[in-house]
Amino acid sequence: METLLNDFSVGLFFMQAFILLILIVLMRKFAWKPILDALQTREDGIQEALDSAEKAKLEMQNLTASNEKLLQEARLERDGMLKEAREMKDNMIATAKEEAQAQANAMIEQAQIAIEGEKNAAMAELKSHVAGLSLEIAEKVVRQELSNKDKQLALVDSMLADAKLN
Amino acid sequence: MVATKSIKFLVVFVLALTSFTAFAQDDAVENNLVDSPDEIREYIAHHLKDSHDFHLYTDNASGTHYGFPLPVIVWTSNGLKTFMSSAFHHDDNGEVVVDKDGTKIVKYHTKLYELEEGAAALSFDEDHHPTNASKVIDFSITKSVFGMLLTGLLMLLGFGALARGYKKGNTIPKGFSRVLEPLVIYVRDEIARPNIGDKKYRKFMGFLLTVFFFILILNLLGLSPLGFNVTGQIAVTACLGIFTMIIYVFSGSKDFWAHTLWMPGVPKILRPVLAVIELIGFLIIKPFSLLVRLYANITAGHFVVMSLMALMITMKAAFGPVASTGVSLLLSIFIMFIEILVAFLQAFIFTMLSSLFIGMAVEEHDEH
Repeated sequence: METLLNDFSVGLFFMQAFILLILIVLMRKFAWKPILDALQTREDGIQEALDSAEKAKLEMQNLTASNEKLLQEARLERDGMLKEAREMKDNMIATAKEEAQAQANAMIEQAQIAIEGEKNAAMAELKSHVAGLSLEIAEKVVRQELSNKDKQLALVDSMLADAKLN
Repeated sequence: MVATKSIKFLVVFVLALTSFTAFAQDDAVENNLVDSPDEIREYIAHHLKDSHDFHLYTDNASGTHYGFPLPVIVWTSNGLKTFMSSAFHHDDNGEVVVDKDGTKIVKYHTKLYELEEGAAALSFDEDHHPTNASKVIDFSITKSVFGMLLTGLLMLLGFGALARGYKKGNTIPKGFSRVLEPLVIYVRDEIARPNIGDKKYRKFMGFLLTVFFFILILNLLGLSPLGFNVTGQIAVTACLGIFTMIIYVFSGSKDFWAHTLWMPGVPKILRPVLAVIELIGFLIIKPFSLLVRLYANITAGHFVVMSLMALMITMKAAFGPVASTGVSLLLSIFIMFIEILVAFLQAFIFTMLSSLFIGMAVEEHDEH
């Protein structure tokens, strides 16, 4: 203990206190503060980056889910539209068919009426023609009768043949 | 990488030291060599003390000293006196009297004395204590002070570079800063934070980091062949311990003082007794344990290393020069490794205990 006390140098103690004090002040200002601040900033930055990565991951998941939903909706909508279109097409075809049928029927009816008319007209004409022809034949027969009986008969035959051809 | 470098450095250093001694040993014909146990003991004791000049080694054969003088600054009865330590001509026995403006100063066993009025030389009593001289307050730039200044400079340069690196925008340090950064983080995350608490540690980082690296670098410098023994100076460790004490005394929370001075939960009659015990513990025992632990560890380390190196001289007669040198070398290298560990360990323990005591003082208790 005595040697310890003897070794204790008061001057050295004060020099050490002085140097240590100045060193603490200088190191705080020029080293520790900027170093600790920089470390803190870096650690905060790392933490922030990790957090934002986690957030981005979540957002990505949300986005994928909503994409999926959107896709599903679009698919449904497409299916609906297709179905609607198909129905519309069927409808249109059916209507068109009906209309065409009706029109065709009307046309056929009209044609039949026209044909009937034509036929009647032709019949009438034919009747009048036949009547005229009969009259003519009768006239000629009458005339022939007056000259030659045989000739008159032949004439009638030939004329009848002609008439058949008509 | 760093480990191999320091090992290389260590080996070179041990070889360098041993070669000095081996050289001295070869010239053992001269009588003024350090070659007897008494002389070795004295040599080691001398090394453990502070000195007024930077002495690297002495060529005893020619009596030449290698090193350089340091400034002496003393507060005498006639005021402040300064001169270079070369004025003593390497005398340590109080024989050379430096007369500075009528103030006579002598150096005896690394201490400076001021001779009394009229005395021309130092005289001693039978215990070798000077009788006609008084001690002066010695503010000299001694070898220890020089070591501290060097350490401070190294710290400012090293950590200043690290800080500048961050300021330049490099978030990842380069070069030597890469070694320093983990140490800073270690002190912060393993020493300060767990002991002081997340909220309050920041305020004490300046002190804790400075003290940690100050002790660490001085311990390591002490292991270098330059022969520093700064953290083995009781005045230096006392100053460090007292700094810690002042810091925790002045940053003690209300709870801390309430618990120290009026311990709740014990009979009232015991409380003053406990207060005295607690106060002695905080004001004397804790700083004393800090300062003695560091001082004793480093001093013992230096003592053991030097004694083992001296083995090569003391065992030469018994085992011959080769065997004694080999044994001494092996043991010294082994102890050197342990001393490097101790250098880190003591810096760690000092900082650890300081932050523990600070943590105790700033802690705020919940109501019981």
